[in-house]
Order: sequence, then C-alpha cells, then structure tokens
Amino acid sequence: MHTLSAFVRKEFHHILRDRWTLIILLVTPIIMLVLIGFAMTTEVKGTTFMVVAPERDVSTSELVQILSQSVYFTFAGYLPDEQAIDSALRQGMAGLIVVFPSHFASDRTNTGTSSVAVITDGSDPNTAKTLTNYASAIMLGWAQKQNTTIQNTLSIGIETRLLYNPAMKGAYNFVPGVLGMILLLICAMMTSISIAREKESGTMEILLSSPMQPVVIILAKTIPYFFLSCLNLVTSLAMSMTVLGVPVRGSWVALICVSLLYIFVGLLLGVMISTIANSQLVALLVSGMGLMLPVMLLSGMMFPIESMPFPLRLISHIIPARWYVSAMRKVMIKGLGFGSILTELTVLACMSAVLLVISLKKFKPRLE
Amino acid sequence: MNAIIASNLTKKFGSFTAVDHISFDVSEGEIFGFLGANGAGKTTAMRMLTGLLKPTEGKALVAGFDIKKQSEKIKANIGYMSQRFALYGDLTISENIRLFGGIYGMDAKLIAEKRDRLLDELHLKEEKDSLVSRLPLGWKQKLAFSVSIFHEPKIVFLDEPTGGVDPAARRRFWEMIYAASEQGITVFVTTHYMDEAEYCNRVSIMVDGRIEALDSPHALKTRYAASSMDEVFQMIARKATRTAD
Repeated sequence: MHTLSAFVRKEFHHILRDRWTLIILLVTPIIMLVLIGFAMTTEVKGTTFMVVAPERDVSTSELVQILSQSVYFTFAGYLPDEQAIDSALRQGMAGLIVVFPSHFASDRTNTGTSSVAVITDGSDPNTAKTLTNYASAIMLGWAQKQNTTIQNTLSIGIETRLLYNPAMKGAYNFVPGVLGMILLLICAMMTSISIAREKESGTMEILLSSPMQPVVIILAKTIPYFFLSCLNLVTSLAMSMTVLGVPVRGSWVALICVSLLYIFVGLLLGVMISTIANSQLVALLVSGMGLMLPVMLLSGMMFPIESMPFPLRLISHIIPARWYVSAMRKVMIKGLGFGSILTELTVLACMSAVLLVISLKKFKPRLE
Repeated sequence: MNAIIASNLTKKFGSFTAVDHISFDVSEGEIFGFLGANGAGKTTAMRMLTGLLKPTEGKALVAGFDIKKQSEKIKANIGYMSQRFALYGDLTISENIRLFGGIYGMDAKLIAEKRDRLLDELHLKEEKDSLVSRLPLGWKQKLAFSVSIFHEPKIVFLDEPTGGVDPAARRRFWEMIYAASEQGITVFVTTHYMDEAEYCNRVSIMVDGRIEALDSPHALKTRYAASSMDEVFQMIARKATRTAD
C-alpha cells in the first residue's frame, strides 16, 4: 500500500508539473467533439435547387415556394428546358433539380395523379439520397394537403416517423461515436506514453530492480489517468448536451457505469501497447494512429456494422468502441436503462480482464 | 559470509557472448571494483546480478539468494544506481527521496526522519524543494547514490556512477562510498576511471566478457610491475579483440 500510494503521488506530480501536456489532454476532447461534430454532420442545409416547369401555374409555384421555405432548400431560379439540367448540375449552380411535366396541373385535376422528377448529383450518393428524401417528403406532404382540403378524396398515405430522433439531427448519431473514439484514444495514449517515458529516461531500470510488483506499477500508472479521463468524460458530456444539443434521455447510472468501464479498458489498452513500445514516439503512433482507423471504421460510429461484409463484422466485435458506442446510443438517445446494456457491460468487463492479464504477463519484470 | 558468489555466469545475446563464464566472490562490506573497457560486458554482468537479466548459464547468489529463482528477494536487499542518471527530474529532491523510500516499503515517519538527516549531510536542506533537473551533475550523482542506499540495502550496485564529472567531484563521491562501506554495505562498482580503481579493496578486470585478473590493486601492481592501476589496465586490456560499441 505504501508503495502504491507513493507511486500514485509521483504520477500526479508528473501530470500536474507538465502543464502543457495537461492542457492538451483536457482540451483535445472538446476540440475534437466540436470539430468532428460540425464536420461530420449528415444534415444537408440550404442546398440550392432549380426548377424546370414548361407550364407555370398556381400548383408549380406553390410547390417551389414550399420547398424554398424549408431550411434544406434555397430556390435558385427556373431553367429554360431539360437540356439545361446537365450543365446546371455540372457547374454546381444547383444541388437538386425539380422537373415538372408539361401538363402538371391539368393531369392532377383530370386523372388525379401526376408525377414530378427529382434529379440530384449522384457523385455523392449519401447527400443525394438525403436530398431526394427531403424533397419528396415535402412534396408528398403538399400533395396530401391538397387532397384533403380541396378535393377531399380518400387517399391512403404512408406516414414515416423516425423514433428517438424525429428531427433527424446528425449529432444524435455521431456524439456517442465521437465520445467512444476520443475516450479510447486519449486513455490509451496517456498510459502508453507515460510508461514509454520511463523506459526512455532509464527510470524503468530502477523501478524493475526495486521490489515493486508489476501489478503495482500497472495500477499506479492507471489510477491518476483514470481521474483525468473522468474529467474528460464530464467536459465531453457537457459539450454534447449544451453545444451539440444531444440530451441524455436514459439512466445516468448506466451511462456512468459503462463509461468508467470503457475508460478502464482504454487505459489498460495503453499499458498493453507500452509493453511493445519502447519509445514515446512509437507509443504515440500505435495508440493514436493505430487505434484511430479501426475505431472510426469498425465501431459503427461512421458506417453501420450491419451493412459490413461478414469478416469486418467479425473483427468489429473486438473493437471496444463498438460496444461503448452501441451502449451510449441506447442510453443517451433511446433513453434506455441498465437492463438494455448488459451485453455491452459484460463484453467490456471481459475485455478489461483479458487486457489486464495480457499486460501483466507481457510486462516483463526484467529488461529486454 | 560472501555477499556475492558468482560461478560460471554467462550471458549470450544470440551468437554473441556478452559475459563468458565469469566466477568471483565478493565478501560482506567489501568495495569491489568491476573494471573493463566499454563493451567488455560489465553492465550485462551487473544486470544479471541485480535480477534485471536472466543468465544463459551458470549461477550466482546475491545476499544469499539465487538470482534465477529468488530475484524478488534479491531486489528487496539491494540498491541500484544505473549508468543513466535515474532520479525523476520533474520531482523535487525531497519528493524523489520520499518516492524511493515508499517503493521500498518504508513508512512515512521513517522516511521523513531519514530524509532530514540525509539532506543535512548533503547540505541540500535549502534545496529540498527544487527540482532535481536543476541540480548540477555532481550533485545529482551524489543524491542518486544516497537514494540508492536510503533503504539500507545489504549490497549496492553502482554502474559507472561518476561518469562525466571531474576528479575532484569523483573523490567527494568516493568519500560517500567509503562511508556506506563503513556502515556495512557491500559496494559493487563498475568504472573505467583508473584513479577510482585504486580506491577499491579488490578489483576484477574484464576483457571480452571474461575476467582476466582479480586481486587487490596493490597485488595487481606488484604482479605486473606497474606503478599505477592505469598501467596494469593497459597491459591487460591490450589483449582485447572486441571493440567498444
């Protein structure tokens, strides 16, 4: 106990004396959350659209007006004919083109049906998909209103509702993901670099020739950074709730439990990395770059795991972030409690046990 | 009773034999000089004795414990000061002392008592709250030595403790070594300064991983008809085929 407390105190001295590193560690999560938060949004706002309307009448101009009233679209003018569509898209004058047929209004009154073409730039399929979804939703809404108020004919419409995220806010999707990435990366970096630094400066040799047990060294290296990571968790959550407007709908206890467990996994991952990294630079590269890609691609923060090919889906199971992101989505967005994240909690607990055992085994009480 | 008994101690790194079947005894309270050119295998031998490296062959007892099986017991009974200065530069003098006292399981009261006495002896009382990185090298080395024997080990291993300082500072350092030896601590010291070799009770000279000579400085000088340890060393080390790395 003497040994552990003496060593933990020493670690706190290191952290508090190295002001700049401390500031970087505390500010990085905030910057990353805000940067990625605003850059990674899938919401499309203020896209310019143009219209081809051979016969302009009340209904076409009403539709144009309704589209431009939404936050997603801005009206950029009429195109003379369909030949102009291609160049308008190519030159970036419009992100979306609405094409009315020649007898739009009369078709509607005579046959009851009429169609509108929506053309988008498919070189960015995600955005194109979102744009067409928005535009058709708006126009369908208009058509339904027409049917009920003016013609009063019975028609069956399909109403889609997005539960938990009715406003389709991008932040709801990425905040749990970014939290998962930031916490894992920073935790792993902190412990791996701090152990690698002891190897570099030669103090590790002294520690190894002392009667200190490896488990004490590992614990003493994780405890101070555990506190630091909790601070990071608090600031990140505060940021997502205020600036990014993502609420915590579910149980706070569940959220804190899974986060603390996840932080512990991250710190132990750093300890494991440090058993192979002999310099601070290598530790930084492995824990920063080495972890970033798998976490970004395979945790489900950017791409849905369900749509990945089987081998990748398999690999994603060993990415701790996958489980954390999924638990955080359930708790923060869906508003669920403890019972719903038992799987995630169990997996993370197993991971930390495995990491601890590997670190202890690989943490050589001798040199080389 | 011998503090260290080594017999046929060998360390191979791949095909390279860093330490080649060395055997020697060090008796309790002795100051044993472990000499050799750079690359002769001194540090490797010392690391085996302190439990930092596993020997490939041979065996050794340190403070009565087997280096292969009882390295944990050995670690509790020795002090070690490495070649690279190894206190924490971003901790104060007083914090470093407290840390190493704590690592060796001493309780806070005892640490505080001994620390005050030590700071008095080193005339570092006023400096106790300044960072170790700001101390001059000679002072750092004296402090590192004091810290390595702070927990009163049976044996202290010093790996080129005085590298980079002038002869006057080395002499002051050696006064501390004598004081430790008078307290009954066995001192095992590697060096390549031959003026320091004269201060040892006995010295061994390593060439290419083997011990070529082992005796008191006086006896060695007589045997080789030399006026100084430096001459003795030159005569023995000339046989070396290995170059320093």
